[in-house]
Amino acid sequence: MAKQEFKTIHIEEYPKTNWEAFVRFMKRMARFELFKGLGIVYGVMHRALFKGEMHTVEYPEEKLPIGPRYRAVHKLLRFMESEAERCIGCGLCEKICISNCIRMDTHIDEQSRKVVPEYSINLGRCIFCGYCAEVCPELAIVHGQRYENTSEQRAHFVLKDDMLTPLDRLKSQEEFPGFGAVTPHADELIKKTPLAY
Amino acid sequence: MSDSTFLIIETLIKAAVIVAVFSALAGFATYIERKVLAFMQRRLGPTIVGPKGLLQVAADGIKLFTKEDIVPQNANKFVFKIAPVITAATAFIAMAAVPFLPAFELFGHTINPIVADVNVGILFVLGVMAVGMYGPLLGGMSQNNKWGLLGAARTVIQFLSFEVITGLSLLAPLMIMGSLSLIDINNYQTGGVSDWIVWSQPVAFVLFLIAAFAETNRTPFDLLEHEAEVIAGYATEYSGMRWGMFFIGEYANLFTVSFLASIVFLGGYNDLWFIPGAIAIILKVAAFIFFFLWTRATWPHVRPDQLMWLCWKVLMPIAIINLLITGIVILV
Repeated sequence: MAKQEFKTIHIEEYPKTNWEAFVRFMKRMARFELFKGLGIVYGVMHRALFKGEMHTVEYPEEKLPIGPRYRAVHKLLRFMESEAERCIGCGLCEKICISNCIRMDTHIDEQSRKVVPEYSINLGRCIFCGYCAEVCPELAIVHGQRYENTSEQRAHFVLKDDMLTPLDRLKSQEEFPGFGAVTPHADELIKKTPLAY
Repeated sequence: MSDSTFLIIETLIKAAVIVAVFSALAGFATYIERKVLAFMQRRLGPTIVGPKGLLQVAADGIKLFTKEDIVPQNANKFVFKIAPVITAATAFIAMAAVPFLPAFELFGHTINPIVADVNVGILFVLGVMAVGMYGPLLGGMSQNNKWGLLGAARTVIQFLSFEVITGLSLLAPLMIMGSLSLIDINNYQTGGVSDWIVWSQPVAFVLFLIAAFAETNRTPFDLLEHEAEVIAGYATEYSGMRWGMFFIGEYANLFTVSFLASIVFLGGYNDLWFIPGAIAIILKVAAFIFFFLWTRATWPHVRPDQLMWLCWKVLMPIAIINLLITGIVILV
C-alpha cells in the first residue's frame, strides 16, 4: 500500500485591527483569489464532463452494486445438483425471529421426508435483522439483493413461491457468501488506517 | 401604405418578435443554468424530459402556468398583482432601445433590429431597468409577510447602492464616445478588437460588470431572494404564473445587461476577424451569460452591510477617480 502523505493546513490568524483586515483584503486581491475559485470550479466541470467524474447515477437505468452483507428481501435457495429445496423444515428461523414474522407449515410426506409446503415472512413486521439467515443450518434462507419492493400488497413478495429460486433460474443462483463477507473490492474501497505503515 | 403606418406596423412586429424571442430565451436560460450549475457540481441536471432534458423548459412552463393563483389573505391585492407585471414589463421595455443585431435586409427593406433608436438609448435602458426594481419592492411590501418585507428593504439597499456605480462607471466611456445612443456607441468601435472600449476603460468595465451582478440579482449580490436568509425574499408569497413573471423579468434583465456590456465595452455587433457581427455579439452575450452562471456556482453571497461597504466605500471612489482621470486625459 502506498505511503500516505499528510499535509499541515496553514490557517491564517484572524485580523485584529482594521489595518490588518485591510492588508489581508489587499493581499487576497493581489493573489486573485476570486479567480482561483472560478478556476477550481471550471476544473471540476471539465473533469466531470470529460474525465468521467460525474457523480450522478441515473438510478432506474443504472444501479450501484450493493455489498453481500446487505440485508434485503429474503430468498430460499435450492441445491444446485439435485434441484431439491434446501429447507429441511427445522423451524429454527421461526423460533429465533425476534419480530415473530416467519410462519412455516411442515409435514412428513410419503417418502418420510420433512417437506415445507408453506413458508411466508410478514414484511410488515420483519426488521431485517438477519437472524433467520444466520441461524439456518442449511444456508437455505438468505437475504437477497432485491431492495426495490413495489407491489399492491406487502404479502406479494414474501410467499414461498416468490422467495424460492425458480427451477429455470437455478443456474444463476448465487451462493450466499455468509455473514461477515466483505464487498468484492473492499480493499480498493477503504482507506487503510495509519497503522498500516 | 404611408410611411408612418409602415413604421407603426414594423415597430409592432419588432416588439412582438423581441418579446417572443426573449421569453423563449429566458426559458432556455433556466435550462442552461440548471445544466451548467449541475456540471459544476458533478451532477447531470435535467435529463428525463425530452432529449437531454431539453423539454424541461416546457414542463416547467406548463407547471407554472397551470398552478393555482394564490393571493395572500391580508395582502394589498392590487399592488400584489401588478408587482410581477412591473418586473416583466420593464425588463422588456428596457430592450426597446438595445440594438441586438446589425441591420439586415429582409424583403427589400433594411431592418434595424432595434425598436426605438432614441438618442439617449443607454440612459433609457438604465432608467427603465431601475424602474424594474419597483417590482420586488412593491411585491415585497404588499404581501404581508416579514420575509417579503425584508426582501423589499434589501431591494432598496441594493438599488440605491448599485445604481450609482452603474451610472458612474458608464459615464467615463460615454465621455470618450460623446453619445448616449447605443448605435453610435457601437459604431465608435468599428475598427476591430483594438478599438474596443474595454482597453481604454478597463476599470469602468470591471465596475459595470460588478454592478450588473447587483442589477440582475445574480449570485454574489442576490440579497433580494437569498433562500438561506430570507426564504425567498420578495418572492416568498408568490407562486405559479406571478412568480414565473418575476423569473422571466430577471432572465430578460440578464440578457439586457449582457447585451449592454457587449455593446458598450466589447465592440458590440461589429465584425470580429472573420466572424460576422451578428454571430460575434451572440458569442459575447453567451460568454457573459456563462460567466454569470459560473460565478453563481463559485462565489458565496455577501451580506447586505458588505454590499453597502463594497459599493459606497470601495467602488464609488474608484469610479469617481476613474472618471476624473478620464476627464483630465480628454481635456489634455
